[in-house]
Amino acid sequence: MCLIEMGMPKVGLDRKPLLDADGRPEIAWIPRPQISCAQDIAEGMAIRTDSPLAQDARKGVMEFLLINHPLDCPICDQAGECRLQEFSVEYGNAGSRFREEKVKKPKNVVIGPRVTLDDERCILCSRCIRFMKEVAKDDVLGFVDRGSYSTLTVHPGRELDSNYSLNTVDICPVGALTSRDFRFKMRVWFLKETKSFCTSCATGCNTIIGVRENTIYRQTPRDNPDVNDCWMCDYGRLDFHYISAPERLTAPILRPAPRRISYTAALDAARGLLTGRSPGETAMIVSAKMTNEELFLASRLRELLGVQLCDILPRQGTADGILMSADRNPNATGARVFGLTGSLSLAPGARLKDVVEGVGSGKIKALLVFGEDPVACGLSVENLRNLDALVMTSLLPNGGTELAHVVFPSAAFAEKRGSMINGKGRLQRLNRAVNPPGDARDDWEILRDLIQICGGGDGLQTIEDVFKNMAAANPVFLGLSLSKIGDLGLDLSDKLPSL
Amino acid sequence: MAYTVARPKLTFAEKIYLPAIVAGLAITWKHLINTLTGRKKVTMQYPEEKWDANLPEHYRGAPTLVKDEHGRERCVACQLCEFICPPRAIRIKPGELPRESKWAKVEKYPEEFDIDMIRCIYCGLCEEVCPEQAIFLRKDYAITGLSREEMVHNKAKLYELGGVRTGLVHKWNEKK
Amino acid sequence: MIDWALIGFSLAKTIGVIFLIVLPMVSYTVYAERRVSAAIQDRVGPNRTGIPLSLIGFKSDIQLGLGGLGQPIADAVKFILKEDFTPAHVNKFYYWLAPGLAMIPSLMALSVIPFGSSILGVPMVIVDVNVGILFVFAVASLSVYGIVIGGWASNSKYPFLGGVRSSAQMISYELSLGLSVIPAFLVFGQMNLSEIVLWQRDNGWLLSPFWLERWSWNPAEWVGILSQSFDLQRLLLWIPILISAGVFMIALFAETNRLPFDLPESETELVAGYHTEYSSMKFALFFLGEYCAMIAGSAVFVTLFLGGWTLPFIPDGSATWFFGISLPTGWEWLPSVFWGFINIAVFFAKVALLLFLFIWVRWTLPRFRYDQLMKLGWVVMFEVALANIVLAALILAFIRTT
Repeated sequence: MCLIEMGMPKVGLDRKPLLDADGRPEIAWIPRPQISCAQDIAEGMAIRTDSPLAQDARKGVMEFLLINHPLDCPICDQAGECRLQEFSVEYGNAGSRFREEKVKKPKNVVIGPRVTLDDERCILCSRCIRFMKEVAKDDVLGFVDRGSYSTLTVHPGRELDSNYSLNTVDICPVGALTSRDFRFKMRVWFLKETKSFCTSCATGCNTIIGVRENTIYRQTPRDNPDVNDCWMCDYGRLDFHYISAPERLTAPILRPAPRRISYTAALDAARGLLTGRSPGETAMIVSAKMTNEELFLASRLRELLGVQLCDILPRQGTADGILMSADRNPNATGARVFGLTGSLSLAPGARLKDVVEGVGSGKIKALLVFGEDPVACGLSVENLRNLDALVMTSLLPNGGTELAHVVFPSAAFAEKRGSMINGKGRLQRLNRAVNPPGDARDDWEILRDLIQICGGGDGLQTIEDVFKNMAAANPVFLGLSLSKIGDLGLDLSDKLPSL
Repeated sequence: MAYTVARPKLTFAEKIYLPAIVAGLAITWKHLINTLTGRKKVTMQYPEEKWDANLPEHYRGAPTLVKDEHGRERCVACQLCEFICPPRAIRIKPGELPRESKWAKVEKYPEEFDIDMIRCIYCGLCEEVCPEQAIFLRKDYAITGLSREEMVHNKAKLYELGGVRTGLVHKWNEKK
Repeated sequence: MIDWALIGFSLAKTIGVIFLIVLPMVSYTVYAERRVSAAIQDRVGPNRTGIPLSLIGFKSDIQLGLGGLGQPIADAVKFILKEDFTPAHVNKFYYWLAPGLAMIPSLMALSVIPFGSSILGVPMVIVDVNVGILFVFAVASLSVYGIVIGGWASNSKYPFLGGVRSSAQMISYELSLGLSVIPAFLVFGQMNLSEIVLWQRDNGWLLSPFWLERWSWNPAEWVGILSQSFDLQRLLLWIPILISAGVFMIALFAETNRLPFDLPESETELVAGYHTEYSSMKFALFFLGEYCAMIAGSAVFVTLFLGGWTLPFIPDGSATWFFGISLPTGWEWLPSVFWGFINIAVFFAKVALLLFLFIWVRWTLPRFRYDQLMKLGWVVMFEVALANIVLAALILAFIRTT
């Protein structure tokens, strides 16, 4: 498809270009079309990209490509975003002149835990082979046999189980490689695309979330040369199914006798539990999966309640040297910016044990937990039971929500707007792709209302207002607004306090 | 830009309306008498008299799904009809055929296929767009029900209405 | 001394006329409207009614054929059972008052109209007053209040526009309506409607250019009878009377808001005009009020121009002749009752014919534009009616002097 016509200007005996009747240089065209991707541009070079010759050549190539290609667009998941389909529309014939038997190849081959291969659809472009070799550094794919019988396959005894395997599905121009997670779930033309980024580690790969009717069907990487080029890991890509999990919390819960209550009743209950305590009696655990706006409001609430102990739950893994960061929290940087990680001199999570001790000794009587499971933070169930007040926000039920006096259901990363700062100090923006279920609300709204009932009224109506207040209060965000972040994010690393 | 429309010059007879009124009354009187004496009969007394025998081949009644003479359900859940449907009456949940199925090569089939006949406008675009000759508009036009749920034709109902259709292209049958 | 007999007869007549004749007639006029309009448009119209027993669990419905004659009853049941919705933004008191105001004046106007001769010496008119026609005009013009108040109380722009249009239209056409009948009264010399009918019985229907004094089945006498029937005075007077009847008829269309003058409720412009915000029985009252006004108007027209309950060679309720049969003792009341009811039937048959005319015109003519309507009312009808009075007076003066 990259065929073009090329030529150089004719030169006369006096070494000056020959001009035609219109005064333009006469070109000596190379009689055969050339492959554009294999040509270097040179001075004086003449190129025709859409000449009859180039078009004819493309038509010929198209006919050859379609000789063995099955006519199963109706069932092929690539239909709608298939390069071959697009070129077929432009250069293909309505009928086929091929009268022989089509070459049969393996279909529906499971070549990895997340990828299925249909060899008949493969046009042998070798993109996937090169990707696995050069980017994922895991050389498992290759061609066997020759000519029409060339077949893509995995090396004997291996399978395509790299954490980057699903990128081969993205770069496959046809439907040969398909994602087992997305396979046959939804046609791509139904998907509404929302620009977002992955919140599964501190890298923050830019993504597109594909949604139909409030259900997320897939997440694909979005090109951002400063963050992830156009790749992302399978772990982050598939880390969205919990958003549509049936066990999602959809209404505030009130205890001791557990019952679902209205949002306003939950706020009233939280006021009774949180206000009128002496400083030091309350501790707070925030999540580094919260957005900057939420963390900013959490820091306001912390001041308001006189909370001294506050920290995040650290999540450490190992970096894989490609994209995945060792820090699996997407916004630990933001938590540090707002001073919610103890202090800058301490590692994040270092004060968590103080919280555990305080709760154990009974010094801490009230605990606020935003977006984390207190049991996973090291607090024992008995100690949590002894608390006078445990107020939580959570997406999913966990050990803490079984005990908390008030639980607010909150929104997942694809259900809210806001910003986060990745591990390299890049400010990026989340957009809302789906609506939160039931009475679940944005965490910033819950935090605003908690601040409101605890006496710190500020009348914030929109996430833009929150960002404006945040930018006024914190020099890191000076002069910024949510819209100024843009789709590709902004580098704030020089403004951040040294980490 | 505003411009003046030339008004027709009316004759005196036209100005006093009366001749026109009388002519109009004469026309309506003629229709009245023709209808009352039964000289002109347009209406068909529907539930008793029906036109079913005269329905043309291209009549667009209720959309249905068909099986072919091999008993294969022709729909492969490509969802093009769902996409084209102007009132969004079609709802498909695609599924994957099990490997041991006789037609495993087809890979995909509709797990659920609902057409909301309250929404359907009988436009026939679903039939036109179907790449598998799986959906056809048949001659059923009296689609009734006592609840909204009843008016949603599910897969079983659609196959019941559609039945078997022969003489279609069998692109999945050749050994590929 | 209270005349209990008079009160009893009046009550019986009132109830009889309103509930047994006029209201059924109103609902069947609606039915006729639908059937006639259907026939004019090559349709069928409501031709089947039944009792939907299957709705309450039975296997099948009861089909009443009857050509849809049960339709008005079904309509009435529907109107009564429908939700009577009162919007929140309306002026409640006037909103509830308006439908009644639309219906009552038309019914009241009927009270002075002699709908029959007499039965057993009781005159078939509810109240026999000397100012007859003035009472009709006075009361009938009140019905505009129903529309204006309905439009105003609805507190919504389309009803309001309908109400405003209606008041302007009715006031305009009231003038021509009143003026147009003056020539008739110049001829009659009085305003008592019962006397007017009797005058027409003796001197011939006002709208008739000739009058047969007697009849014979012998063809040899026909020329003589016919030449007697025509006289110059009658023909001279016939010109202003014809104009008078025409103007009265047109004004009547406007007064009853019928096409081509149904501007107050023109659905293409004002949704449904003054009754846009009404539902259920309140809407039905407006609707029935309009048909009731049609009946009242037709009754007046029949009384003034078409001889009321009279039909040539048909005796009235005071007759003792009964097809030449000498009645046995105890049966002397029979002729009076028989002919009395025949007279009533004649009257309402004439009214029904006029109602058909109303319907026929409605499904023939398009609606006037509002400025055309006002121009027609003030520039044409009003002047024609005025000139007609002068013409009639001159002709009468000429006749009386010769």
